[in-house]
Amino acid sequence: MIEFLGVSKSFGDAAAVRDLSLSIERGEFTVLIGGSGSGKSTTLKMINRLIEHDAGRILFQGQEIRSFKPEDIRRRMGYAIQSTGLFPHWTVAQNIATVPQLLKWPAARIAQRVAELLGLLGLPPDQYQGRYPHQLSGGQQQRVGVARALAADPEVLLMDEPFGALDPITRGALQQEMARIHRASGKTIVLVTHDIDEALGLATRIVLLDQGRIVQAGTPTELLRRPANDFVRDFLGRGEIGIKLLGLETVAARVRPNELAEGEPIAATMSLRDALSVFVARSVERLPVVDAQGRPLGTLYFADLLRSAV
Amino acid sequence: MSVDLRPANRVLLVFVLAGLVAALSLAFLTQAPNRLVSGVGVPLRTLLHGANWALVLGPFALLALAVFRQSSVATQGLVTAAAATLLAVLVWLAGAHAKQMADAAEAAGNSAGRTSFGGGFWVWTVLCWLAAADAVQRLKLAPLGRTLALAAVLAPVVVLAASGELAALSLFKEYDNRQDVFDAALWRHAQIVGVTLLPTLLLGVPLGVAAHRHPRFGAPLFALLNVIQTVPSIALFGLLMAPLAALALALPALGIGGIGLAPAVIALTLYSLLPIVQSTLTGLREVPAAVVEAATGMGLTPRQVFWRVQVPLALPLLLSGLRLTTVQAIGLAVVAALIGAGGLGAIMFQGLLSSALDLVLLGVLPVVAMAVAVDALFAVLTQWAQRRQP
Repeated sequence: MIEFLGVSKSFGDAAAVRDLSLSIERGEFTVLIGGSGSGKSTTLKMINRLIEHDAGRILFQGQEIRSFKPEDIRRRMGYAIQSTGLFPHWTVAQNIATVPQLLKWPAARIAQRVAELLGLLGLPPDQYQGRYPHQLSGGQQQRVGVARALAADPEVLLMDEPFGALDPITRGALQQEMARIHRASGKTIVLVTHDIDEALGLATRIVLLDQGRIVQAGTPTELLRRPANDFVRDFLGRGEIGIKLLGLETVAARVRPNELAEGEPIAATMSLRDALSVFVARSVERLPVVDAQGRPLGTLYFADLLRSAV
Repeated sequence: MSVDLRPANRVLLVFVLAGLVAALSLAFLTQAPNRLVSGVGVPLRTLLHGANWALVLGPFALLALAVFRQSSVATQGLVTAAAATLLAVLVWLAGAHAKQMADAAEAAGNSAGRTSFGGGFWVWTVLCWLAAADAVQRLKLAPLGRTLALAAVLAPVVVLAASGELAALSLFKEYDNRQDVFDAALWRHAQIVGVTLLPTLLLGVPLGVAAHRHPRFGAPLFALLNVIQTVPSIALFGLLMAPLAALALALPALGIGGIGLAPAVIALTLYSLLPIVQSTLTGLREVPAAVVEAATGMGLTPRQVFWRVQVPLALPLLLSGLRLTTVQAIGLAVVAALIGAGGLGAIMFQGLLSSALDLVLLGVLPVVAMAVAVDALFAVLTQWAQRRQP
């Protein structure tokens, strides 16, 4: 879908991205992660030509992105940023309708799409479409920002630290929304963050950057199990790698059916990381597991946490 | 019931005390045998016979009482109404007294006598206006409501002036004698200001946009505009006379001259550029970078980003710059009379040169009124442009 071939970019004398090659497949949720100055934002903004690359080639669906008009390529890619960049003088509905309007969709189709997206992001349309951004909370603004990026059903969704300014609870809720939207739509998503837990929770593929170069790219499990070097280990949080591995899986993957332990049951959708916490807190070795409807599923054994997933 | 004697509204207390001092120490009107000699003072108490006492003391007592009342919508409404009533009563008293004096003089065969406003009248007028304005301010109305409330305070005075009740006052006699000249000057003044705004906007807004896009161009531009701003207006008018006269001689078809409208408009435009360029630049700078980035990232063309995002968001600040510029131009246009541009300044200077104080007032009062009206108009416009912004 998107391919970087030996791409470099510098600002004045400072190199931001050096000889970067990366292939992003259709339907992948790619997370670009790194510290400040790692080149992750520059890499993202080169995709929709907000920043023009100096050397190398960037292909979108096999074509050099310079062969498109910048506006055309941008309208085919949703774009959401940290401080939302919502237009303060437009209503929520007008904000979401930005790209469909640029693409000259008929009014009825736009109205329908706006209502659909507001519903998808948990904002009742009747209540929210006429409001102005300053009448919304930070989390609601970010939801509108995501809805606006999705409005014209773009082929690619680019997100630049979209949840960076939110409180942990709101951020968690929006991360879950994003994971759900990705599962449901199968969209190609490229997201920039500096938060390793966000990356591990959302990505199908993590690209860890440092000083404009890719240090390691792979699935969350690959990074956690086989970190390429000490930098990756440090970035993942050396002492917590095991815990984070448990965070990638849910209780459902390890439950033994047809047995039922005593005690307060845990949900099958709970992460193994949270389950570990419950084991320790209750000082037990077995926990009963129930599904979303509260029906008994089986038992989770403490020892099974150590069983390799692969 | 205990009465709290500590003043709740100190501002109003100052106004009331100042009014008392002015009433006791300053002449309310002056009476002169003709328009050029200075007259004899007429204290306020001379005018207060019979029911007039109640007319003045009633609203004044209300204002004095309001000093001790905690601020509330009712109190501030009362202060506004009392100040407006007192203002109207004082103006009416002045007019009535002037009429009485004129009738007496007429009977004695002397029609050159003049009744003018004295220091006491002006102090009372200003105090009434300030008390009303302060009370309206405390009502915390929207700009439109504030403007309407202040207009309502002035309305009785305007009605009195229009009804002919004040015709015997010297100021109105000056107006009667020069009605045609005054009307033409008023129109001309508005014309100078209006004609100035056009090149100001056509030049200033693009210059502000250019300074925003190319910061390196902005620094020398502002240096130049600041220098212009420091040149005294008379000097700038003078400086423009020679080159424009030469230009007029070379190209008579332009229809301009070294004196008159052309140098006035050019000089006023030069002064007006700084606030317009500055407010355009500030307005554009205040548009959040994230909003512009998001707009660009979603595929708006640079032109669409400018017109749909930057301009509407910069508009309130641009309007506030235009407000400053227009009020400034209304004032500066007075000086333009010195280079033959006409306008209300011409009447004012004529009054100054012939020591006829009421003629000076006839030139200055409309300028003040025009500035206040334009200021209020722009306050409402700015509010409208801001209606959707936090």
